[in-house]
Amino acid sequence: MAAVGTLSRFVRLSSFVGKSRRLIFNRIQRRGIASCIDPSLGLTDEQKEFQKVAFDFAANEMAPHMAEWDEKEIFPVECMRKAAQLGFGGIYTQPEVGGSGLSRLDTSVIFEALSTGCVSTTAYISIHNMCNWMIDTFGNTEQRERYCPDLCTMDKLASYCLTEPGAGSDAASLLTTAQLKGDHYVLNGSKAFISGGGDTDVYVVMCRTGGKGAKGISCVVVEKGTPGLGFGKKEKKVGWNSQPTRAVIFEDCAVPVTNRLGAEGQGFSIAMKGLNGGRINIASCSLGAAHACVQLARDHLCVRKQFGEPLSSNQFLQFKLAEMATKLVASRLLVREAAHALQENRPDAVALCSMAKLFATDECFTICNQALQMHGGYGYLKDYAVQQFVRDIRVHQILEGTNEVMRLIIARDLLMDS
Amino acid sequence: MSSRVLVGVKRVIDYAVKIRVKPDRSGVVTDGVKHSMNPFCEIAVEEAVKLREKKLIKEVVVVSCGPQQVMETIRTALAMGADRGIHVEVTGKEYETLGPLQVSKIMAALAKKEEAKLVILGKQAIDDDCNQTGQMTAALLDWPQGTFASEVTIDGDKIKIVREIDGGLETIQINMPAVVTADLRLNTPRYATLPNIMKAKKKKIANVKPADLGVDLTSRIETVSVDDPPQRLAGVKVETVDDLVAKLKEAGNI
Repeated sequence: MAAVGTLSRFVRLSSFVGKSRRLIFNRIQRRGIASCIDPSLGLTDEQKEFQKVAFDFAANEMAPHMAEWDEKEIFPVECMRKAAQLGFGGIYTQPEVGGSGLSRLDTSVIFEALSTGCVSTTAYISIHNMCNWMIDTFGNTEQRERYCPDLCTMDKLASYCLTEPGAGSDAASLLTTAQLKGDHYVLNGSKAFISGGGDTDVYVVMCRTGGKGAKGISCVVVEKGTPGLGFGKKEKKVGWNSQPTRAVIFEDCAVPVTNRLGAEGQGFSIAMKGLNGGRINIASCSLGAAHACVQLARDHLCVRKQFGEPLSSNQFLQFKLAEMATKLVASRLLVREAAHALQENRPDAVALCSMAKLFATDECFTICNQALQMHGGYGYLKDYAVQQFVRDIRVHQILEGTNEVMRLIIARDLLMDS
Repeated sequence: MSSRVLVGVKRVIDYAVKIRVKPDRSGVVTDGVKHSMNPFCEIAVEEAVKLREKKLIKEVVVVSCGPQQVMETIRTALAMGADRGIHVEVTGKEYETLGPLQVSKIMAALAKKEEAKLVILGKQAIDDDCNQTGQMTAALLDWPQGTFASEVTIDGDKIKIVREIDGGLETIQINMPAVVTADLRLNTPRYATLPNIMKAKKKKIANVKPADLGVDLTSRIETVSVDDPPQRLAGVKVETVDDLVAKLKEAGNI
């Protein structure tokens, strides 16, 4: 073992407090005796290979910069382009337009692994992937060939525009209008909380071409630089700071009719289908964060001594750690089952995706929060990664459909026959 | 002009794992422990793939010796860009005693069989730190060797190698066919890409038995015991230089 001392990738850890960030993040990747929370259990050999690449990429390219990106609010485009070169720009987009053509389960495994390096950046990559898939699936040949190849290489970045200041959970009540004038739609209105807004190139916008309700909504692709497309100020957030969030404003923004995905009135359905996968992806990001936090907590308990013993001798903490591990594995199983159901187009897929998002985001937040508690005062310092995981995944319980709306969807499925 | 490169890869316990000695002190715990490709072998595979991309060689063949599990390691190499793999099946007691001598005999036999012009290996494995396989392979083949390579340049039938040695850097020129062992700074191994991982599934891995190559795997070495390194003891503080010298004499250090 002596020869591998020099390259930073192989740095061994010694003491805990006061060491550099890279050492702390390498500990997240510390792989030991096969344990119950090993995320590679139950995967095929090929999925394990995908996972390995994602873990390595996360540990080497993302984890060392996670804190800086958060503190300085840097949108790491170069790093994401490197990820795209490995195929992460269009994971479940078809290969003929440059995607990797993998399954929803492969995608979940990959985002879970990437998330251990930086939740916020991985979450943005997942949103980009969702938009890429929407154009790939609902666009015509010309649209797919125009947009998807650049999105797969991340030469162009995408944003998903559904939410408005007056339409959040009640998304179908959105007010952004798209009036048909000749061969253009003229868009007027504004979208709120758009991830990547202002810094991305391709905006997938849900707007009203018809009457009230979901049936009057269409999906249109708007490119950056189109006259009438503007942005609000960059929002200051508690977490997700490595992605800019802005309002997207349309003032007589003319968009060619040929930019419409699918038929008029199909927009809401396209948006919801995109979100089913998006919910699995966000839940997967929460899983990655929780996994990292369980490892950080476990390592801290082994090192920190109080009352003459390491904290790991304390039965309460042992039990708490066991509960955290159990919640993590339960969440992971539900998310992976939902991914499988969506891939197979099973009738329970939508409800299962909602259950997975609801359960995993809630449980994983509890896990990360508990991990922070186990760190004591150190958990509250920005020198330690655990607080960033807590801040970053807090929003997963809110976006892509609040956990309350998830309950709505599940209840509707349960009460369908009555 | 060279056509084929043989790269040896070894499946070892992952570098990040905390090693535990077996209770019977016969070795380290390997069951259920995360394994991966030896880091120096990754560098060797990367160099071979780079040479093929520069069109200096035509085919990269990756070899690993061991039980069924080493197929994972071969697949990782295929995902990095190797063209095909050879799995030399060694199991049970023979695998436990498999060492540089046996592996170098296998590599030499395969190099002849595959008509390889170049054999690239990692300089050493991170589990046994032997640093012998490359050198032994070259000796068995009676080929020149360029070990601890931090830079490899092929020029026709000659290879210029910059070696990392104690005194600094040494540049040598050797003729092909040759054996090269990769040191840390030779290159930075690429990540496998998702498409390459999927393509790797279709690449061929041939199964070969050591007996087919006429290799005798008997080991001349017997591991007597394996122990943990001694626990680090607390230091002793002394007041004066005389005290220090006295203590060192007492401990038998001087």
